[in-house]
Amino acid sequence: MSTDERATVSLPVRNDADLMTVRQRVRTLAQELGFGLVQQTKLVTAASELARNTLIHGGGGSVTVDAVSDAQGRDGLTLTFRDEGSGITDVDRALRDGYSTAGGLGMGLSGSKRLVHEFSVDTALGEGTTVSVTLWRGHASHGPR
Amino acid sequence: MTDVPPVGTATSVVARLLREKKEHIAQLWADQPLFQAVFTVTRDEAVEAGRAVLEALAQVAESGRVDDIAAPGFAMIRQQLAAMSTSRTRSGLSIGQIDREVGALGAAPAEFLEDASGDTDERVRARLLWSELLATLRVVVIETALQENREIVERQRQQLLEMATPVVKLWDRLVAVPLIGMLDSARSQVVMENLLEAIVEHNATMAILDITGVPTVDSLVAQHLMKTVAAARLMGADCVISGIRPAIAQTMVQLGLDLGPVTTRATLADALELALERQSEQAKGIAPRH
Amino acid sequence: MQPGASSVPVLDLGGILLISIQGELPDDAAVDLRTDVTLAVSETGARGVIIDISGLDMVDSFLARVLAEVAASARLLAAQAVLVGMRPSVAITLVELGLALPGLETSRTVIEAASRFGVEIRDRGDQPAARGTDRTPT
Repeated sequence: MSTDERATVSLPVRNDADLMTVRQRVRTLAQELGFGLVQQTKLVTAASELARNTLIHGGGGSVTVDAVSDAQGRDGLTLTFRDEGSGITDVDRALRDGYSTAGGLGMGLSGSKRLVHEFSVDTALGEGTTVSVTLWRGHASHGPR
Repeated sequence: MTDVPPVGTATSVVARLLREKKEHIAQLWADQPLFQAVFTVTRDEAVEAGRAVLEALAQVAESGRVDDIAAPGFAMIRQQLAAMSTSRTRSGLSIGQIDREVGALGAAPAEFLEDASGDTDERVRARLLWSELLATLRVVVIETALQENREIVERQRQQLLEMATPVVKLWDRLVAVPLIGMLDSARSQVVMENLLEAIVEHNATMAILDITGVPTVDSLVAQHLMKTVAAARLMGADCVISGIRPAIAQTMVQLGLDLGPVTTRATLADALELALERQSEQAKGIAPRH
Repeated sequence: MQPGASSVPVLDLGGILLISIQGELPDDAAVDLRTDVTLAVSETGARGVIIDISGLDMVDSFLARVLAEVAASARLLAAQAVLVGMRPSVAITLVELGLALPGLETSRTVIEAASRFGVEIRDRGDQPAARGTDRTPT
């Protein structure tokens, strides 16, 4: 996976207004990259869920958006959310449907994972959390069987 | 003045020859199947194409990157090579056969190199360099042809997906998708998107997913069907699944597959009947116009 | 934004409340909306609440929860809430997200939802956006 430096965008995730900015910027970037409407919506929704996690659980942080392409020449967008919060105690549990610590529907992490092609969580207690997701253009989100 | 390294001499010999004999070689190439069969309108066209290829090869030789398919010289003719290989593929040639036709282009320049002045060593090195350059050209052509094929396959796959999932308007505000063949993830996605778009387009209150033509229903297919029904419901349309054949019903029970709250009917006709019943019920429920 | 007042107007159609969410909703506005709708239902004694989301190009789990809560509060006050005009892309995304919102009543259009409550709205045919399409109205 190579990163196109020109297309890197970094945005703060500090308050509610930032969430809206993140959604709008991700939508615009996905449109520019030629993502279909359903894919745009999936990525924007995942961005919204993860940005809210960064804000509520991580105490705020940032997101970077990178235009990427893989060896087969597929274009994609990678969103990387970083915070310096307390970290996730039990990632497996946090990834389970219905697990919520903030009174949501508990679909933040587990749900966003289903909206994208690639998903990774890097967390350490007391050192914050980094969640990285990638959606490739023009593929069903679960790929061929 | 220092001695020019041998390889450098060979590259300039080859480059010079390709340019000096450009007209002659291009004329010879124009009669070979690769050019003749592609440029059928006028012979001049074939000659012109040959000149372009020779100029590109001369530039690659000059740059000293004869074994590099990414050499800038090749970029100039990539589009032309793609058009040529596509045309040959359409005539029924395999990639191997096209490759041999490209290989056959090597003969004419090789002969000129043989006749070129200079010592034997230099001629041998120039011949070797030319072979290498030709081999790289063959790789470039194969690569272009494969890329072209991939794009064609992808286009056809997409067309097949669209064709295999027609959405039909069955009645006022009632749409149906008769599914035929295996349902994989990619196809399920297209089915779902097409059906939901059709619901908006026809302002449908009901949709029928008919799976009479689906050979097997495994847990993944069942999951896709349920997702489609759930999405239609979120949009305010009822979705009924029809055409679950007895054998499939039994397999589904044995596998423990449950379509949950989804309404099902044995046949498309039964589903249509249900849809019309519901429509008339809804119509009765509406207050008369003022 | 005024604190305590949502940016979304609540219209009284005579026993039916119409809430048309146009464009993106900040989190606090969504929470305000929940309060406003509950108050409006109790003040008007409405028997139905129609929430039109045809203007939304995204519904995440937060907004989904707020919508489900609006419906649940309305139900406690004897009013039925109907969610109307969800776009295909939004529906697909919600289902993938795992939020099929089983407790919510849905309808295709505002007209259809209103007719469920016996209120007839004439279709002027000039509001393609209200049909909940993914296509931009021209």
